[in-house]
Amino acid sequence: MINYSTPEFLIERDRNRCIDCKVCVRQCANEAHSFDEEEQKVVSHDEKCVACHRCVVMCPTHALTIKRFPLEFRQNSLWTGRTIKDIYMQAETGGILSTGMGNDKPYPIYWDHMLLNASQVTNPSIDPLREPMELKTFIGRKPDRLEFKDGKLATKLSTQLELDLPVIFSAMSYGSISLNAHKSLAKASQVEGTFWNTGEGGLHRDLYEYGPNTIVQVASGRFGVNPEYLNAGAAIEIKIGQGAKPGIGGHLPGEKVDWEVSKTRMIPEGTDAISPAPHHDIYSIEDLHQLIFSLKEATNYKKPVGVKIAAVHNVAAIASGIARAGADFITLDGFRGGTGSAPLRTRDSVGIPIELALAAVDTRLRNEGIRGSVSIISASSIRNSSDVVKAIALGADAVYIGTAALISLGCHVCQKCNTGKCNWGIATQNPNLTKRLNPEIGAQRAANLLLAWKREIKEMLGGMGINALESLRGNRLMLRGIGLSDRDLKILGINAAGE
Amino acid sequence: MKKVYAKEEYCLGCRLCEVHCIVAHSDYKNDIVKAFKKQEQRPLPRVIVEENRPVSFALQCRHCEDAPCTTACITGAMQKDPVTGVVTCEESRCVGCWTCILACPFGAIARNEQGKKVASKCDLCSELGDIPACVKNCPNAAMVFEER
Amino acid sequence: MKYVIVGNSAAAIGAVEGIRKVDKDSPITLISDEPYHTYSRPLISYYLAGKVSQEKMYYRNEDFYQVNKVETILGVKAEGLDAAEKVVTLLNGQKVGYDKLLIATGGKPFVPPNLILQKSGMYSFIKLDDVKEIEKIAKSGSKTVIIGAGLIGLKAAEGLAKLGVDITVVELANRVLSAILDEEAAAFVQDNLEEHGIKFELNTTADKILGEDKVSGVVLQNGKELECDFLIVAIGVVPNTDLVKGSEVKLNRGIVVDEHMETNVPGVYAAGDVSEGYDTIYKQQRVLPILPNAYRQGENAGKNMAGAESVYAGGFAMNSIGFFDYPMITAGIIKPEGDEFESLVQSDPACKSYKKIVLRQDVIVGFIYLNKVDRAGIITGLISDQVNVSTFKQALLEDDFGYIDFPVEERKVRMLKGGRSA
Repeated sequence: MINYSTPEFLIERDRNRCIDCKVCVRQCANEAHSFDEEEQKVVSHDEKCVACHRCVVMCPTHALTIKRFPLEFRQNSLWTGRTIKDIYMQAETGGILSTGMGNDKPYPIYWDHMLLNASQVTNPSIDPLREPMELKTFIGRKPDRLEFKDGKLATKLSTQLELDLPVIFSAMSYGSISLNAHKSLAKASQVEGTFWNTGEGGLHRDLYEYGPNTIVQVASGRFGVNPEYLNAGAAIEIKIGQGAKPGIGGHLPGEKVDWEVSKTRMIPEGTDAISPAPHHDIYSIEDLHQLIFSLKEATNYKKPVGVKIAAVHNVAAIASGIARAGADFITLDGFRGGTGSAPLRTRDSVGIPIELALAAVDTRLRNEGIRGSVSIISASSIRNSSDVVKAIALGADAVYIGTAALISLGCHVCQKCNTGKCNWGIATQNPNLTKRLNPEIGAQRAANLLLAWKREIKEMLGGMGINALESLRGNRLMLRGIGLSDRDLKILGINAAGE
Repeated sequence: MKKVYAKEEYCLGCRLCEVHCIVAHSDYKNDIVKAFKKQEQRPLPRVIVEENRPVSFALQCRHCEDAPCTTACITGAMQKDPVTGVVTCEESRCVGCWTCILACPFGAIARNEQGKKVASKCDLCSELGDIPACVKNCPNAAMVFEER
Repeated sequence: MKYVIVGNSAAAIGAVEGIRKVDKDSPITLISDEPYHTYSRPLISYYLAGKVSQEKMYYRNEDFYQVNKVETILGVKAEGLDAAEKVVTLLNGQKVGYDKLLIATGGKPFVPPNLILQKSGMYSFIKLDDVKEIEKIAKSGSKTVIIGAGLIGLKAAEGLAKLGVDITVVELANRVLSAILDEEAAAFVQDNLEEHGIKFELNTTADKILGEDKVSGVVLQNGKELECDFLIVAIGVVPNTDLVKGSEVKLNRGIVVDEHMETNVPGVYAAGDVSEGYDTIYKQQRVLPILPNAYRQGENAGKNMAGAESVYAGGFAMNSIGFFDYPMITAGIIKPEGDEFESLVQSDPACKSYKKIVLRQDVIVGFIYLNKVDRAGIITGLISDQVNVSTFKQALLEDDFGYIDFPVEERKVRMLKGGRSA
């Protein structure tokens, strides 16, 4: 049978600069470069290239670049080259198309349709270099009223997570990403005063020391869940759904389940780790209520227990139910959320944008008078500090960053996480590859990202004349929409620019 | 005395250390392309990368306090500088007898047979006056230059 | 403290450097029967072949004696020792007194009675003056016979071959370099030498020298008669112990010393080819006529003479040599006899490569590397540290054998320590 697949990328090598040092050959896990002994030259194989840029970055003479493979299809807005090639692939294999990372389709990005305010005459802006700026954030159930006795607070507060900035590292499981990646994020969260999330793969032994900065996840497969695990972290998150693949469970291919992953997840080595779509003990909101409280019992009511759902239709109603079921925080994961592996169509067609979901949930909970009973953590599509500020303004208590965190570690978003051949040592368990991510360097980079955003958020807040994040939270008046329909504006609860 | 120590957990086996060692000892210390394409006799890399995947690491002269190569050298070309502690081979006196190769327990000396036979080994980039080129250019901090 | 050193080669220089590590100022007097600045004896064949000039043979810089405050008496032989008076008598009558004496007189050529260098045209091949004589007579087309196919004999042959001399080497053993190679390795080497025109007569030696005043030929024990214009006796070297004849200094084959390189006479030390140091492989005192060992012994002697306690840990036979760009490195026991030994061999005639590693109860005690000599020192290190290699025995002969084959902990200890220290 003829193979119709053609390369997606073109490896361009400047022969004047190439010194045949073979670094590219050694560094490409996809074997897109090899050394021709007879010709004594390095040669490339375009069909294997995934545009991860490892060779480009490592080449000491910058002799390489990657271009889109210049194979032209006849211009067709409906039947693009990509669309056509997907069909070839399925005709050949009969299989589900799989991919990594988040939705890359050109749906609207609402962050880019919202603009921030700045103070001018009536309410002077604040200079963050001269005045203290409070970015502190507390995640957890807030009381409805405060009672004082003898000048002291009498109301018992439930446990809060204290963050130095409203950004947390998102849930990425050990198995989908490497131990070195986990180490980098754990250490960075400790240094910058925030948290990281274990994802559904359990918590590796070596990371128990970062417990006070860890949010442990309990997902439908219950991987790695035992009383020690639950008590090791600072909070527990029950994963009901994930933005990248709402309605289905996690999938870790057997190749990525080595001995360490097997030990941490408590599953046999080499077996596929499939999380079922629903938790098989949660079939109603009452069951969720029961699980939340079982986890609180197991941890002596000392840790906030939250629930993560994907942003889908009716997300506001679901969130309301979860708040009433006793969750201390709700994580909303929008359709741009990343993943180590998901069916392509599910990733690209299921779920709704986080901006709309966030606004809808915040509005709904406020209208019902229960906004204070949960913190909302918004996840997916946060690319930079202005996205963070906009998310807070829409109503989020904090945001999760997943893709951005991995990019800080070196990810180039080539979307091949599911192959396990991540050349950056992030989305792989191959020891030849995982050593590429030096956790000392990774931790520094991830921490630097948080520090940089801290500084930028303070600048933007100062510009708005605000010196405490609390004044921005849910403050929709700080936003204006641009290029949005009336309906969008209404759902987001913001005015249009010019109004 | 500061020396180079490898961290095998972080070595990628990329051998960029070898590339930069060659450049640092060539006539074109700032131009990798010229060092490789234009230089007549390309210097040998003084760092040896040992590899048996997934383990790999870079090894070079340890500049031993009591260097066996200096006692073995029949011409007195191998000497330890009394001030800097760096062990260097004075190539004009070296006759390529390889007795140093016989003596070095780290196997850190290579045979340069491109012209006159001389022993080739790490000199801690003493001429550059900077940290050794291998340490400076390692992409994953798999080598450190420190006192122990 | 007056230090006197008799000798001017590796052991003597080692001693000077050893003394100066401890005692920067006390006077050192160095006496040598050769008139030259310290030079490397192994380089005389290079000199003969025209590869180095005399200046390039110097073992240390021109200003070495000055920098190290050494007073030299060169070109005068030390001929007698009065240990009671602590005086060394020179051939010219001069008497040199000492507080500490080092005898580093090295070796002298072994010449059997029938080959005594009486006729003209007969030479040994030990020192610079020998080759200076030879170079007058050796020219393209002249014929020579070299008695002895050991390190010295073959190096002489290589040097002369480069001058175009017709050479036949006569050897008593069944193979060349019998002290350091086994039969199989020796065959590789002999092939290489024969390719360069050198002829061999093995299993025999010289019986009678022909010629009246000048040598004209030699009759071998096997009956063959060889013509020659000059003859080189290169059978071997013995410790040059003439200086201590008649004194109380104890002799065996060489001068007997303890682990501080001191002889039985307090204040009198010996080092280098003249002495017997501890052989760590044979586990007994032996003459170890190898330059690295000589330097090491001299350095130790020097330190002890200057009052710093320093133990000579011992050495063993090791050689790095090459003929016509064919290199070889050997050490220790290479022809083991006995059940406790195990030999690992890898022979590759296509690459002219031969590797042999000899183990005694999983500890390496010897090796031969022909042609592929890179990183041989790792094996030498395993011999001197007496490491049990059972866990990585099978990797030893591989081309890329290295620290990666060591167990992780062993490797880290060695590599992360900062090298060999005193």
